[in-house]
Amino acid sequence: MNSGALLRIRDLKKTFAQPGGGRLTVLEVPQFELAAGEQAVLIGRSGGGKTTLLHLIAGLTSPDEGSIRVGDIELTGLSESGRDRYRAATLGYVFQTFNLLPGFSALENVRLGMSFASGRHDIQRARELLDRVGLAERADYRPSQLSVGQQQRVAIARALASRPRLLLADEPTANVDPASQQQVIDLIRETCRDEQVALLLVTHTMDVADQFDRVENLADINLAFKAAAGMTH
Amino acid sequence: MNTLQIAWRNFQQRSLASILTTLSLALGVALTVAVLSVYGIVKDAFERNASVGYNLVVGPKGSPLQLTLNSVYYLSQPIENLPYTQYMEFMTKEQRAEQVRRFGGPAELAEREGAYSAYIRGGFAIPLALGDFFGPFRVVGTTPDFFELLRYGPDVDQPFEIAEGRFFEEHSDQYGYFEAVVGSRVAQEMNVGVGDEFFPTHGDPTGHGHDLGFTIVGVMKPTGTPNDRVAIVNLEGFYLMGGHAKPIDEEDLSEEEKAALAEAETAEAEDGEAGGAAKFKPLMIRQREVTSILVRTGNPLFGPQIQNVVNEDIYAQAAAPVLEINKLMNLIVVPLLTALMVITVITCVVAAVGILVSIYNSMSDRRRDIAVMRALGARRDTVTTVILLESLLIAVIGGVSGWLLAHGAIWLAGGYIEAQTGIRPGLFSTSQYELVILPLVLALAALAGLLPAMVAYRTDVTKNLSA
Ligand SMILES: Nc1ncnc2c1ncn2[C@@H]1O[C@H](COP(=O)(O)OP(=O)(O)OP(=O)(O)O)[C@@H](O)[C@H]1O
Ligand SMILES: [Mg+2]
Repeated sequence: MNSGALLRIRDLKKTFAQPGGGRLTVLEVPQFELAAGEQAVLIGRSGGGKTTLLHLIAGLTSPDEGSIRVGDIELTGLSESGRDRYRAATLGYVFQTFNLLPGFSALENVRLGMSFASGRHDIQRARELLDRVGLAERADYRPSQLSVGQQQRVAIARALASRPRLLLADEPTANVDPASQQQVIDLIRETCRDEQVALLLVTHTMDVADQFDRVENLADINLAFKAAAGMTH
Repeated sequence: MNTLQIAWRNFQQRSLASILTTLSLALGVALTVAVLSVYGIVKDAFERNASVGYNLVVGPKGSPLQLTLNSVYYLSQPIENLPYTQYMEFMTKEQRAEQVRRFGGPAELAEREGAYSAYIRGGFAIPLALGDFFGPFRVVGTTPDFFELLRYGPDVDQPFEIAEGRFFEEHSDQYGYFEAVVGSRVAQEMNVGVGDEFFPTHGDPTGHGHDLGFTIVGVMKPTGTPNDRVAIVNLEGFYLMGGHAKPIDEEDLSEEEKAALAEAETAEAEDGEAGGAAKFKPLMIRQREVTSILVRTGNPLFGPQIQNVVNEDIYAQAAAPVLEINKLMNLIVVPLLTALMVITVITCVVAAVGILVSIYNSMSDRRRDIAVMRALGARRDTVTTVILLESLLIAVIGGVSGWLLAHGAIWLAGGYIEAQTGIRPGLFSTSQYELVILPLVLALAALAGLLPAMVAYRTDVTKNLSA
């Protein structure tokens, strides 16, 4: 897939119903692309719509208008279960709050990452990934028995378990102590590079953003933001 | 990880709630299975024992149920007796003549056919004399016909078998008229065997003892019928025990009868000194009584006919045991067990509601987990299945452990059940009714899991992710 972009967004529009009535346009993105294996960071002010954009790319919500293509899959044309399958097979997601399942061990959490894709129940892969994030000895620990940084590393291993082609990371270091921050970022970037996974990472930390070759400010690609900014200023 | 493993983790994660819910279901199932088993055991016991190889029981007028319980199950209060001549009505002219010759009695008895003899051609009539006890067990006086002619088992084709020794004879050189054969449980519980002598007590288990003893010549193999719990003695010996001869008015006696009576008394007196039983002389016909007569008509169709004829008699009645037992079942046992069943089904429903409440309550905590699984690519029906499986897990574990609990309890209570019914349930003897229990419980649990599963199905992913 080097011939074109892995992720291609065209004329995307997303609105939310407002509590007082009417609809608020959060995103209006004419164009956004990410090449296969490319690593980009997305910055922007709080409430700007970064998480919403990631949810759209993950197929967790649907846009009002426009097209989102990942590889040769057009997300807006998929049924709900089609989008479930797409997430299971093609996409990895790292959350700000890790979202590990408390009842499951570290290893089991990683295995969950590949449980919902067809034919990917390779326990050896799960062990390797845990080893990769430096937690081979913690495989049987519950999330509550792990430090915050360790939990996020388990979440990274989980996101990569099903060998996705695109990894979305939504402020993965926001809840991690400063000492562990760099370790988490390095881990994400290295594993993505090794596994040929495209990365779109959202952050508020300029230290983190500065490490990336490509830094996108949502304010620049989102017309809705510009419109809103124009109105208020 | 597959959905079952995930469901099992969820079950473990809330282990206390899960175990409590499972326990309540197990208790409900145990109760249901116990009631069903008891129902099955009671019904089986009565039905098995009602297929006794005879279709009528003739006894003194009174309650036909009591007659049946006494004669078939050796249960209930003892009943009155019938004159021996009633038994002789089942005999042919020749047989009656033989009886008069052997025991002594009015000559006119030998001059005609027995009134009911025609009905039992090809069948049999076996006399029983009840009223004595050996320890807690009934003593039954009867003739060797009892062993020769009676059959038991589901197809009523199994003859009684001896585990040790032999059946008693009408009169043997060894012990004369005083031979006994005991059922398997009697031998076991009274700790007696071949060669042992016992002294029946009169009237009830604690009644005073008779002075004449019976020697056990045989122990029967277990039959699973009430016959395991009786001591069967020779009818002639039974008659000779003190108080068993019917008092007679000497005035009524013929010259021959008076002579025979005098002879018997001297024989008895001499015997008392000699200390042997060999010289006893059987009672005369007038002195004899039977408690009931087990009758098998030559043709089953004769049953109702002979029943009508006997019931016209002033002393006797004929009862059909199967009918009486069915009446008893339908009148008392079935409604009672039905009521119990309703209660236990309600218990199970309550337990199922417990599953529902328990899982449903945990759903708010689990929305995030469900959203995470969805974000990892789990489909709506996958997360729904996980929740359903969790309630099915509770159902299976609860159901199986409840079933085991009930059967363990029944097994432990086996002795008591056997004492009441003559049947000892095995650890896994399952009644057909139980086979519907597990599917039913599973269905109930699936139903209970449905509401929380719906919640799982509807969980909004993006709303629950960020939390
Ligand atoms: N379900 C929703 N209903 C209505 N409005 C919503 C909903 N989800 C998000 N929004 C609105 O969309 C806007 C963008 O939200 P989003 O969470 O994408 O911002 P963000 O850039 O991720 O902010 P932050 O950096 O604080 O995480 C916000 O103004 C928010 O109020
Ligand atoms: Mg956000």
